[in-house]
Formats: sequence, C-alpha cells, structure tokens
Amino acid sequence: MALNLDDIKRIAHLARIEVSDSEAQETLNKLSGILGLIEQMQAVDTTGIVPMSHSQDVTQRLREDVVTKTNQRELFQSIAPATQDGLYLVPKVIE
Amino acid sequence: MINSSLKQLGQQLASKQVSSVELTQAYLQRMAQLNPTINAYVTIDEDKTLAQAKVADARIAAGEFGPLTGIPLAQKDIFCAKGWRTTCSSKMLETFISPYDAHVISQFDAAGAVNLGKTNMDEFAMGSSNETSYFGGVKNPWDVDRVPGGSSGGSAAAVAARLCAAATGTDTGGSIRQPASLCGFTGLKPTYGLVSRYGMIAFASSLDQAGPMAKSAEDCALMLNVMAGFDERDSTSVNREKEDYTRGLANMTGAQPLKGLRIGLPKEYFAEGLSADVAQVIETAIAEYKKLGAEIVEVSLPNNNLSIPVYYVLAPAEASSNLSRFDGVRYGHRAAEYNDLMEMYMKSRAEGFGAEVKRRILIGTYVLSAGYYDAYYLKAQQIRRLIAQDFVEAFKHCDVIMGPAAPSTAFKAGEKTSDPVAMYLEDLYTIAVNLAGLPGMSIPAGFAASSEGKALPVGLQIIGNYFDEARMLEIGHAYQQVTDWHTRMPEGI
Repeated sequence: MALNLDDIKRIAHLARIEVSDSEAQETLNKLSGILGLIEQMQAVDTTGIVPMSHSQDVTQRLREDVVTKTNQRELFQSIAPATQDGLYLVPKVIE
Repeated sequence: MINSSLKQLGQQLASKQVSSVELTQAYLQRMAQLNPTINAYVTIDEDKTLAQAKVADARIAAGEFGPLTGIPLAQKDIFCAKGWRTTCSSKMLETFISPYDAHVISQFDAAGAVNLGKTNMDEFAMGSSNETSYFGGVKNPWDVDRVPGGSSGGSAAAVAARLCAAATGTDTGGSIRQPASLCGFTGLKPTYGLVSRYGMIAFASSLDQAGPMAKSAEDCALMLNVMAGFDERDSTSVNREKEDYTRGLANMTGAQPLKGLRIGLPKEYFAEGLSADVAQVIETAIAEYKKLGAEIVEVSLPNNNLSIPVYYVLAPAEASSNLSRFDGVRYGHRAAEYNDLMEMYMKSRAEGFGAEVKRRILIGTYVLSAGYYDAYYLKAQQIRRLIAQDFVEAFKHCDVIMGPAAPSTAFKAGEKTSDPVAMYLEDLYTIAVNLAGLPGMSIPAGFAASSEGKALPVGLQIIGNYFDEARMLEIGHAYQQVTDWHTRMPEGI
C-alpha cells in the first residue's frame, strides 16, 4: 500500500504532529522505506493463529477500591507550562 | 580501583579501606575529565551525588549496609528520579524535573547505592546508535569515531570507560545487549515483568524491560538482586518470590562446571547478515563452552527474520499511544506561539520530538488507523506468536541459546543515520527475544580488528528460558572464570 503526500498530512494530523510542506516529501520517503520492510509480513499465512498481545498470559490484578494516592497537585503543577488557580491553562476551546 | 568488581568495591567499603565519598569523588573526577569527550552523561549533579555518598558512609559506619551500599552507579535517563532532570534525551523533556522516583531508582536508593548521574540515550530509547539523542551522540570508548550502540549508549560508554561502577539500561528491542556487544561489557535484559516499569518512561510497554549493565556476570547478578521484584504499581510486574541471582556463582569452578548443559545454536543466527569477524569470535567462544562441559545442539528459529518487520509495527503502534501524553499541557515542551488548542498540540509535538521519534509515531498512527488494523497490527501480533513458539520449540532441545548479540562490531558515527531501515537491522538477533518476553544477555567474547586496526569488542548473546536469569548468569560467570575479555579496558581510558 503505497503512501502519498496526502496520506502523510492525514497521518500527521491524527498524530497531532505538524509536518510542513518542505518536510512532507522526506517523511514520505522514509515512511515508505519502513512500510516496505513491514510488507514482508504479508507473505506469511497466519490463518487461525491467535494474536499475541503480550508475552505473559496473565489477567489484570484488581485492588480494593480505596484511596491510595495523596493529592500532590502543587508539586505536579510546578512543572506545567502554564497554570492558574490550580488549573492547567490551554487556549480557549469553548466560545 | 576503577576496574574492580562490585564485590571488591563492596569489600573495600565494608572494611573502610575507602569511603563512599572518596570512591564517588574518584568517579566524579573521571567524569569531569572524560565526559566532555565521551558524552555518556547528560545530567551530572555533584551535590546530590555526594549527599547520597555521605548517607551511604553513615549507613556503613552504623553497620546497616548491603552489597551495593556506597557504590556509585549511572542511571539511564529514562528512569524518573525525584528532583533530577529526567529527559529521555528529548527536547520534549529538556527541563523536566521528575516529581517522583521510578521503582528501579527507589530500589537502588533503598540499597544505599549512589547515583552518579543520568546517562545519554537515543531519544525515547528509539535507536541503535545513540545518534537520535537531542543532546548529541555518545562516543564508543574503544574508538571515538564509532557509536556505542543504543539505545542505552550513554550507560554503555560509562561502563566501558569506567565512568561508573555499573549502570542501568532498558531493552525494548536490544537496547542493553547490542551496546553491551559494541562496548565490551556484560548486559542483561531480564524476562519481561521481572523488573518494574513504574517510572520508566514508556516506549513500547509490552516489550520494555530494565536490566543491569556492568563489567561481569557477577556484577549483573548483584545489580539484578536490587532491581528485580514485584511492584504493584506496574500492572505487568510478575508476583513471584525474590531470588538471589548470585546463589549459584560459587559453584562455577572445577574443570567442567557446565557438564550436561545443552547449548542451542540457531542456524538462522549464523546465516546471511552476520559479519565474518563476529562469527569467528562467537565460534571461538562456543568452543570454550565445550571445554567447560557443554554440549552443542543445532536449533532453528525459522521466523527470526520476521521479527524486525513485526517489531516495526508493534513498537511504533505502542509508542504512538504512549507518547500521546506529551501534549504540552501538563509537563514538557510547549510551543511559544499558537492560535488554538490544535495548533498548540501540533507545534509543541513537532518542536519537541526529533525526527526518528516522529517517524515512529507516524508509523504507529498509520498502522493503527481505521482500515489498516487487520493488515498490520493484528497480522504482526499473529506472527509474534509464531516467533515466540519458535523459542518454545527450540528450548525442547536445549537449555540456553547462544549466538551473536549484534551482526557486526561498532560502526562509524553517521554511517547509518540516513537510512532507518539499515539501522533497524542492527537488532536482527535481539528483537525476537523481546517479542517472546524471554531473558537475554550479552557477555564480552573477544575482539575483531577495525579497518584502521583498532580492537573492537564482540559480545556473545545467551538467551534463556523464562525466569532463567540465575542460570544464565552462572553460565556467563563460568566463562568469565576462564577468560579475561570482561576485564579489558579501552586504551587511554
């Protein structure tokens, strides 16, 4: 499945990474090379093989539904790019 | 002293021949002298380090100490350490001061070890040469024109140049074992789930595993004793009893300490792609193992070649999800100028991530996008099972598997940076081990001459069955009792 420049723009938007027009061609070349490598998989017959998502066959542990963490808002917000009144600041999203 | 084993250093500290402050200062001086050239450390904080050494000395004076108390270690900059800048060698986290400790860091703190600093790495552990680091490449101490391997390249160079007594690394597709091979020391990637991933910045969560990087198998055993153990904060941490990984080392004496051991040699590891000089070193090492009493059986890992394509679907897919947390909102880089929230995300991530990290996020996003999931992600997961089953089959015929850890000796800086696919092939013998979740290690097995006549290290890979680390370390230790490759140091260091 060959990619084109429109695909690069679409994928970059999904990934929330700005790719300028001047970078797009280089990105396309490199990603096409990697996809070429990945294409080797298509030669393998995997009919009936159960997908392996993890090396261990374990289930998620459960714990008691009790408070285990203390509030460290000030510590955590001390490394934030922008905060005010204990809230993270971002550009306005609701008019 | 700089070439002493951890056991020797521990004895000198316990008997008060040297204090932790003195030992730490000796390493800090070497770092001040050599790090500007090698670039193994990205963050050094002498005050913090010496404060830890003083605490260690107090513990030793009070008689409350263990094997690693007062020993100066290097920590890969992927582990969050409270109050330390923790960057993952990315511009995204250039100013990030961690508000908490990773499990690995708190385990070493509890053991009384001293943190010498945070080591350079490929950005977000994505690379095999340390050249994707935002803070510049790392020099291989055996030949400064060559790379140390990656992604744990800073820890690797620090161990090889004796800029620490030992170090930590992480291994998602070979990031401990390949640099161990290229820099000539012992590195172990444990079974997936043995060491907690809590506070270890995530790349590909189903593959990431932390492990020790040190001079010898014995040193790695002492490090693993501290690192391994159940941690409820990592949902994939395995709840099993603590082991003493040094317990069998003393038995590795006599003429044939490995009598009865069956070593499997996968024919695929000795096929096209392996350079002749590496093959020769590996064959000589195998012959040494025969002398130690082992028998050799041929095994097959028929799907090994597929491990690279499978990895470059699964690891980027997991990475694209894991790295979505870097959005410029709560921590990390935020662009200076933007008009709305979308632009803030897109510019912050475009500026904060380097080229290789962006490529992998984009590949991961693509293979997970609507319409492509079955063809890529699901297919890769199915082949992952075939790869893991190859090992199950092979271990019916042998106790451990041996082969090269990397296809060649250290290559020159810049040699593979323009072609990502050529770089990916560096991990031909390591990736399948991560996909299967098995433990693997690389031990120094000799040298091959570079084109300029310099001696470059070669590592022998030992792959064990699940949770067989103690046995693998015995097997490495037995070899290190009759060879001295692991004690060799680069000239001029």
